[in-house]
Formats: sequence, C-alpha cells, structure tokens
Amino acid sequence: MGHIAATGLIDCDIHPAVPGMKALLPYFDVHWQEVIDARGVDGLDLAYYPPNAPVSARPDWRVPGRKAGSTLADMQAQALDAFGISRGILNCLYGGPAMYSADLGAAICCATNAWVAAEWLDQDDRLRASIVIPVQNTELAVDEIERWAPDRRFVQILLLGAHESLLGQREHWPIYKAAEKHGLPIAIHAGSAMRHAPTANGWPSTLYEDHVSFAQTFQSQLLSLIAEGVFTKFPALRVVLLESGISWLPSFFWRGTKMWRGMRKEIPWVDASPAAIVRDRVRFSLQTWDLPPDPAQLDQLLEQIGGDDNFLFSTYYPHWRFDGDDPSRGLRPALLGKAMRETPLATYPRLKETV
Amino acid sequence: MSSSTLQAPAKPKDAAIKLVDCDIHPTVRSLKDLHPYMSARWREHLDTFGQRFRQAFVASTAFPKATPQLARRDAWPEDGSPPGSDLAMMQRQHLDANGIDRGMLFPLFPRALDERNIECAHAVCRAINDWQVAEWIEPEPRLKGTITVMAEDADGAVAEIERCAKLKGFAQVALVTRPIEPLGRKRYWRIYEAAVHHGFPLGLHNSGNNGHAVTAGGSPSFYFEEHQAVSMSLHAMATSFILEGVPERLPELKIVVVEGGFAWAAPLAWRMDGLFDRFRSEVPHLKMKPSEYLRRNFWWTTQPMEEPEKPEQLRQTLDWMGWDRIVFASDYPHWDSDDPRHAFKIRMSEAEKRGIFAGNAEAIYGERLA
Amino acid sequence: MSAAVMTRHVVAKVGEIPEKGSKLVKVKGRPIALFHVDGEYFAISNTCPHAGGSLCHGKLIGLIRSSEPGVYERTRPFEMLQCPWHGWEFDIRTGQSYCDPDSIKARSYAVTVKDGAELAEGPFVAETFPVSIEDQYVLIEMK
Ligand code: FES
Repeated sequence: MGHIAATGLIDCDIHPAVPGMKALLPYFDVHWQEVIDARGVDGLDLAYYPPNAPVSARPDWRVPGRKAGSTLADMQAQALDAFGISRGILNCLYGGPAMYSADLGAAICCATNAWVAAEWLDQDDRLRASIVIPVQNTELAVDEIERWAPDRRFVQILLLGAHESLLGQREHWPIYKAAEKHGLPIAIHAGSAMRHAPTANGWPSTLYEDHVSFAQTFQSQLLSLIAEGVFTKFPALRVVLLESGISWLPSFFWRGTKMWRGMRKEIPWVDASPAAIVRDRVRFSLQTWDLPPDPAQLDQLLEQIGGDDNFLFSTYYPHWRFDGDDPSRGLRPALLGKAMRETPLATYPRLKETV
Repeated sequence: MSSSTLQAPAKPKDAAIKLVDCDIHPTVRSLKDLHPYMSARWREHLDTFGQRFRQAFVASTAFPKATPQLARRDAWPEDGSPPGSDLAMMQRQHLDANGIDRGMLFPLFPRALDERNIECAHAVCRAINDWQVAEWIEPEPRLKGTITVMAEDADGAVAEIERCAKLKGFAQVALVTRPIEPLGRKRYWRIYEAAVHHGFPLGLHNSGNNGHAVTAGGSPSFYFEEHQAVSMSLHAMATSFILEGVPERLPELKIVVVEGGFAWAAPLAWRMDGLFDRFRSEVPHLKMKPSEYLRRNFWWTTQPMEEPEKPEQLRQTLDWMGWDRIVFASDYPHWDSDDPRHAFKIRMSEAEKRGIFAGNAEAIYGERLA
Repeated sequence: MSAAVMTRHVVAKVGEIPEKGSKLVKVKGRPIALFHVDGEYFAISNTCPHAGGSLCHGKLIGLIRSSEPGVYERTRPFEMLQCPWHGWEFDIRTGQSYCDPDSIKARSYAVTVKDGAELAEGPFVAETFPVSIEDQYVLIEMK
C-alpha cells in the first residue's frame, strides 16, 4: 500500500456502477416499473464509459460476470480498504440525466438516488454521495434536490459535462439557488447527454477523441458559468470539476483573462478575471493522467495554475486512471497534503459534520 | 572589383527575409469585387440569393463581433470601405510600417469555405483565389496567397488545388476548420494528399459554421464565450488529425494552426499521451505517441498572443512546445491583432527571434516564400 | 530633486475637435490623445499601455457596470475610452484601465481652456500653433 494510508484520505470521485435496470427496479413506483418492464428500458450506461473500454475499469478491478464497481464488497476490497479511504464520495454515472423524456429521466434519477442511499450509504458509513438530477427540466431537478437534501450524506449535486444547454444559462439557476441554500457544491463530471456533437467540429470517430476533447467542454462550461453570472449571482456556490484533467488550466486562464479585458463590457456583472474567479470558486479532482511526465515541467505547470488548495484527491474507482496500489504516485507531497483532506473538507461543508 | 561592390556585399540568403507575418486578412469592398472572376451564372445567383450559411442572419455572423467588421478601429480606409480592402493602406499601415518582408494572405470574407451550396462555394473559392493573384499578389510581391478550397466536396477541392498549383504566388492550402465532420475524417484525406503532392502546407485558420453547436454543451450566449470556443475548436481539430492517423499516413503533411494561440499545444500533447495506453487498441494505426505527431507535423502562429500572468511563463510554454514550432502572425487588420514590436513581453535571444519572426516560416514554406 | 518646470502647451482651438471626437497632438515630442466630451477636454498618452494601440483612434463609450446579471447600468457617458485594438477600457479623466486600474494606466495630463486674450499674457508654448485673441484654446500642462 502506498504512503497515503492512515491519513484520513477523502476520495472525491468514486463510481458505483448500476448493474442494470433490474437492480434499480425496486426503487421506482409501480407506474414506472410497469413502463420499464413493458418497454424493456435498459442499457443506460453512458457512452463516455462503455463498461468494457479500458478507461472504464482497471483490469485488476474487473471481476468476471459483473460490472466493475457494481458491488459494495468489490469497492471495499479494491478501494476503500485498499487505500485507507476515510470518506468516499459516490458519483453515479447513469442514464437518468440524458433521457429525452424529462419525466422518465426524473424517475430514473430518483431511483438512482434511492438505490445509492439504500445499497451503498446505508451499508458503509465511509460513503457519501452526489444527488443526480434531471437537468432536462429545472423544476423536476429542483424537486429532486429538495427530496434528498435533508439526508446529510448527500454532499453535492452531480451534473454531466454536456447537456442540452450550457450550464451557466439562466434557465438552470433555480438549481444553483437550491444548491447554495443547502450548502451543496455543483460537480460537473466528464460525460455527455449527447445533445450536441462532442466537438465544435462534429462527431469524431473514436472514444479516445471524445475523452481528449472533453477538456474543451469543461472550459466551455466554466466560461458559461462565468459569463452568465452564476458566480456573481450565487456568491456561496462552489463548483467541482471531476475527471477534467488540469493541464489545460493555464491557457484557459490566460485566454479568458485576455478576453475579459477586451469584452468585459458585454458581461459587466463579471467584475473579476476568469482566472481569479476559477481559483476562488472552482475545485478540480486530481490525478496525474494529463500531466507532463517531466517533473520540472510539472512544477512549472502547477506554478502557472497557482495555489495548492484547488485540488481534490480522487481515485476515480473503478475507472482506470492510475496503476499500482498508490493512487498518489507522481504528485508532490505539498500538493497532496491539502488535496487528500483539507481541501475536500473546505469544499464540502457536509463532510465536516461527520468526520 | 569596384569599391561600391565592396561596400555592398550580397546579403547572405538567410538574412534576406527578416519578418514574416503568417496571417493577414485582405477583403473585398463588396461581393461585386469578385464579379470579374465569376461566371454570369454565379454572379446572378449571388445577387439574388446571396451566400447561404448554417446560421440565422443574412449578413452577420451568428455572434456579433467585438467591433464592426471585426476590425481594429484605426484600420478603416478614409473612404469608409472595409478594413483590409485597400492595398495601399495595408502597405502603408502594416507592411511598410512594421517592416513585413512576407505576408500570408488569409481571405476570410467573403466566406466560401462553409457555403451550403457546394457549386456556389467552389465558384466563390475560385474567384477568391484568382482575386488574390490579380489584386494582391501581382501588385505586391511581399504578399503570398492561400488557396481556399471547399472541403465538403473533396473532388472539387482537389481540382482547385491542381488549378492553383499552376499559378504563381500561392504558399498554402486553407480549408474550413469547423467542417461538417472533424478534419481528420476520411472524407477529407484526398485533399491532404493533393496538398502534400504539390508541396503545400495546410494553413488552418479558425473559420466556418458547420451548424453544430460551438461547444458540446450547447451554444453560448456571448461573444466572450464564442470567441474562445472557436479557438478551442482548433484543439479538437489537431486531435482529430492525429488520432485519425492523417500524419501517420502522410508524414510530409505540414499543418499550420492559425489564430488559435499556442499555450494549449503542450498540454494537449500531455493529455493525448496520458490517455494513449488506455485507447491504443482503438487506434492501432498510430505508430508513435500522439505528441510525436504533434511535434513533427504541426506549427502554431503567435496570435492572439498568449499573455501569462508572469512573463517567464511565456518562455516556459515555448520551451514545452519547441521554439521551432511557432511563427509570428499579426492578424492585421482585425481587432485582436498583434503588433510585432509589442507582442512579446519577454527578452528573446537573436536565434529565438530569428526563428519566430522568419526562420520557422521559411522552414515551413520553403521556396514558396521566396 | 527639484520639480521640473511645468509648461503649458496650446494644442487645439476650441471648436476644432467635434463632440466625442479626438485629436492626436504632440507635446515635447510625446504623442498625446486629446478628447472632447460635452465641452470638457481630456488628454492621455496616445500609446496604449497594453500593446501600443493608438488611443486617439479609440471609441468613447459609457461606463458599463452591473449590480446583477442581465442588468446593464451605463453611467459617465463617453468618459471611457475603448482602445482601438483589443478593446481595453481607460478612464479618460485618470487614464486608469478598468480591469487593472492600479497597475495598468495610460498617463493622463491636465488640460485647461483659456481665452486667446489671456494667453497673450503668457507664459505658454504655442509651438507651431497660431493664437488669436478672439478664440479659446485648449492647453496641456506638462512637466
Ligand atoms: S493595445 Fe490597447 S488594448 Fe491592446
């Protein structure tokens, strides 16, 4: 085991896999149970993480006959116990937020949250979770937040990186109002409802390309949140980017600030540079997969990003983002020290209640 | 040997060109300027229907820009015709004033690269190419042309490259950077083969509206966002070329990424390499790491200049990507253009300056800059 | 160190610069952008501190601020100068940039308007500028 054991490590991105609709069925009401059965609604894993694709699960975490990360016992043995995780935040990536029918989408989100609560949170008190919401319809999304917010084990709200409209746009604001009211950060995870082509240039051939180009999607979402004034309107709101990578941040900061200097009169409610806003209000999950292999370049990059308190250590279990039994390999201790505990506690007010 | 010969030795060849500007935008006063270069059929068509794009407005881009005509406010000719439409003014204000020895023309307006009517697009591309030769390159030999082709119909694009290869003054081939499919896709490969065959680099300046949202998460509200999203589309473009295997198949292909900045180049290489092991089985056609293709086949123009928070970070960025990969561009006469005297806020060695302002461009374009 | 002597330089005749217009003038060899807004005159260094844009070609706009997303509050009409190149905004009264007022500024100069008759009493530097007692003139003060 690596040197992170016994530090009270908080893992900010763990993915419990929904085995299939059959597993969720008990958590729907009878109407939807009948619909799901009659129409054969199933297969709603998201296309960014096809279960058999290498990125979706580490080879040594695959167990024949079931999806990686689909049982608590696997998760405990492979991650929670193996890495000495004191708190782990579950982000369940499943099809509810991508369904075209907002009603069906809301039903799936609700069942997913209920399944997470009953089969994971109730079974292992190291676990916390994000609320998944039907972004398709803001009213239903807020209902879903209100339903779960009283359960203090839900510590944030999870959105996919790409939906119908950019996340800053004002139709989404009731979601942020509810998030702020309940002290729930908004997490944005790599993955798409596929309402639009994955790049501005159309549909690429490979999953590889989808994953590389998601860096641009994260940047677009940050620009939208900034430009529309979400950070101005909701001063206590925090945003967390998950599996985004971080090496694109300096060029994003420089270009964003340059454009803000020239065009801030178009968005006059933005009264600080994008770099300052992001450093203040946005946190990033941390792994080494998009960082330079040369340690000198890594130091320069981190210096350009600025500040060691913007990162949330994450294993991304069972996604294959690192090898071996030390998920912190390659990250310098000063950075890790904060990312493993201090920054998560500062980011998630609800984590502090129970640690 | 006369004394005057002694006093004025022939300049060494490599010192002849001191400043190459890899992005200058000439434009027409109106579409009528292209009439001499089009058949009556297309003149009448354009007069009646105009150009048709995948967007809402007849005569505006989808997002209103920062300034009228996207231009620097000091670049309007006295008679009110559009900035970039007056050669004498371009010479006075830019080529002479800034000591530009070679300038690469990038005609963006009128737009033809993403016109929806394919035959009309080819007709306008041909007209723009002939207009460049007759009205810019012949009267001003410091200027070099860009063969603009309409990529969605590769046959027509290849034919236009063949045609222009016989004319004097063209240095590269341009196609739209936001086409209907990402530029690495197979339907465009014949165009790249033709470019390589004739020894033309691709000059890829962000352009076009393919009807896809400019971000995977939908269309933004503000130009502040859209301008950056369009720049980022060039990151996706480079990714597409590499992962689809274009430089693997065409090792000689040179791709110059224009007006997208450059601080993203090294981080993109890290990200592609970082994921390479996970996705290797999906791209068995790649024989090298993605970063190696990026390092071998791609160049970047300087504009819009990166403005890091600390000047030395600019040097770090250039160290990461390689000083031989970057060429100066002004983007004259657009609002976000860079002045060669002010753009770099770091001290550079003579060799570094020489590379950025001329040597690297000579390495890309070779004899076509002569 | 003793203060350099302040000199006043006649740079324009009142009426010569149209409302919301500008004039590029030179004082002691320095290019200065002179603006006219609603009867007042403002002078700032013509060279944009960002990357050298010629500020006399800039556009005078209002100060746009906001207390709330979607709300655009315009005050101080035509007292902000938008650089003709990258659009940074400068306060024509102080030369300060909007986005970074403490560290990025265009130098501003004091401007006065005087009757030609007053000027006849001197001292001022007219350089190549003919002065008549019937008119009013714009003067820039410079150390
Ligand atoms: S030169 Fe004035 S804003 Fe850039």
